Amino acid sequence: MAQDAQKTAIAGAPADAGPSPLARQSDARLKLDQARVRPQRSLWSNAWRQFRRHKLAMAGLVVFCAFILITAIGPFVYGRPVNSPFEYDTSVSPSLDHLMGTDSMGQDLLARILYGGRISLAVGLVAASVAILIGTLVGAIAGFFGGFADGILMRLTDLFLALPSLPLLLLITFLFGQSMRNFGDRVFGSTTVGIFLLIVIVIGGLAWMQTARLVRASFLSVKEKEFVEAARSIGASQGSLIFKQILPNVLSPIIVAATLEVGAAIITESSLSFLGLGFPSDVPTWGRMLFEAKDYIQMSPHEALIPGAMIFLTVLAINYMGDGLRDALDPRKSN
Amino acid sequence: MGRYLIRRVLISIVSLIAISMIIYTILYLAPGDPLGALATNPNVPPEVRQRIREQWGLDDPLYVQYFKWAQAYFIHFDWGQSLTSKVPVRDYVLNRVPVTISLFGTAYLLGLLIAVPVGVISAIRQYSIFDQVATTFSFIGFSIPTFFSGLLLIIIFSVQLNWLPFVYDSTATGWTLIKQSIMPIVVIALFTSAQLTRFVRASMLETINQDYVRTARAKGLKEGSVIVLHAMRNAMIPVVTVVALQLPGVVGGAVITEQIFRVPGIGRALIDGILSKDVPVVMAITFGLAVLIVVFNIIADILYALLDPRIKYS
Repeated sequence: MAQDAQKTAIAGAPADAGPSPLARQSDARLKLDQARVRPQRSLWSNAWRQFRRHKLAMAGLVVFCAFILITAIGPFVYGRPVNSPFEYDTSVSPSLDHLMGTDSMGQDLLARILYGGRISLAVGLVAASVAILIGTLVGAIAGFFGGFADGILMRLTDLFLALPSLPLLLLITFLFGQSMRNFGDRVFGSTTVGIFLLIVIVIGGLAWMQTARLVRASFLSVKEKEFVEAARSIGASQGSLIFKQILPNVLSPIIVAATLEVGAAIITESSLSFLGLGFPSDVPTWGRMLFEAKDYIQMSPHEALIPGAMIFLTVLAINYMGDGLRDALDPRKSN
Repeated sequence: MGRYLIRRVLISIVSLIAISMIIYTILYLAPGDPLGALATNPNVPPEVRQRIREQWGLDDPLYVQYFKWAQAYFIHFDWGQSLTSKVPVRDYVLNRVPVTISLFGTAYLLGLLIAVPVGVISAIRQYSIFDQVATTFSFIGFSIPTFFSGLLLIIIFSVQLNWLPFVYDSTATGWTLIKQSIMPIVVIALFTSAQLTRFVRASMLETINQDYVRTARAKGLKEGSVIVLHAMRNAMIPVVTVVALQLPGVVGGAVITEQIFRVPGIGRALIDGILSKDVPVVMAITFGLAVLIVVFNIIADILYALLDPRIKYS
């Protein structure tokens, strides 16, 4: 299937089948020799060594972790109100008193950036988890069982790939937003939880297809390996074959896809909110802040620049991390 | 190839039918009465309301309603009327298409014209200063969301410098038309060129190290002919298919850019349709995009087979 390879190439993960059995054998012997000299490095510590060499990827990791920490702790430390129209002067440029200035509604921008960033990042992480979970499950079942299950699941994947995802996202969040808010209010006592659930499920539910194809391709090649046959011959159950034997060996492309998906999900949520169809105004995600700022661009450009720059920096950091991870986890490049 | 194509087309038709069912079901399940204001208007007696419901078939089961709709939609090509502007959906949507196509077609072409030479030179001079700058720019280019780059351009060129208008005027002609088209085109061109540069570079790197390229050099061909006639010819095959696969996405991506610059194109019509619950318009645009995606998928497959004799479909 030329096109499968094509799409994998776009997703950017290697679709190779790993080293040949012979190479692995000699590799194992080599490792045995080395083991006498120095403590053996595991695959993961090796990958970490590779990753650390990629300066921009390390910078991305530091920035991303810093953003998570700051948005997690920040709102408690900073203490200024998030939703309090006309608490301060409107459209004040950044100054010592207001480090990021205030918005056109007279609210402190830093407080909103901190609180909203929490939601933006959480949406990215959770939506990516949803996508990766569905994709891995579908891909693993299709690749492992083959035959009928494979046919059905891959048709389903093709079908989802043909869906126009952005229009559908807009449509679903608009149509079901209110009822999910009511649902969240009834069940969790918070309308925000309801809309959060809706957004992460819809974003994740429309973004799992590439992962499914990737995982399926990896499963197809790994399940024929001798160690799987060995495990099968000593009576390992199918669940244990899938999750304990094969899955750990196909983790690398999944990790890379998951990382890049976090960035993509953050952009998707921001797009939704930017169009006014995502979170409501009392939940100032970075995209929502841009939506509110775009009409005041002449008076207070900082109001749009700051949340926009936050989204951009986060996505850039994540993409560099993904790039570094791809290099670090690529078996063809490791030493 | 012929049999493969027939099978492909049949599968595509089936999946399009499935997609129409999905979209229809989403709209059907949406909360709110399809009668809209009529349902809550106290001046409308219940009998009349009931008669309208029966007339419109609103109490029929979902599948009956779907089949009635599908019959009108696919057999009689009756796409209904726009609820807000009271004109046939077909006219409403088709009127919006030229703006989007001309604007974003130009942008995509421009992006392609930047990406191919930059990607090829990056690959030939791997790890050179040019390569590093190009790679960094392309990384930044596709990490910057279009809604942010659009606002950034507006702040710089409309607010600060006051060079370009940032509200698109659909009646404008001549110089004004060009001036107002610059920013939307640049936003999309930057994004696509960033994406494609990476792809062209990767594809070129793969080809350039192959034996036949070395052979071409060894037999004394000029470097230019080695690169352009030998290496690029093969390296561009995947690029052509990616372009074919991406094109429908460009229309989808136009949604955001059209919203920023208030371009009255198809993406803007979609947003307006969603916000005003104009179901026939939303249905037509969403389903139209699905058709585009499916058609371009088939085109990509055909192109791949035509350009690369190693690919054989059976």
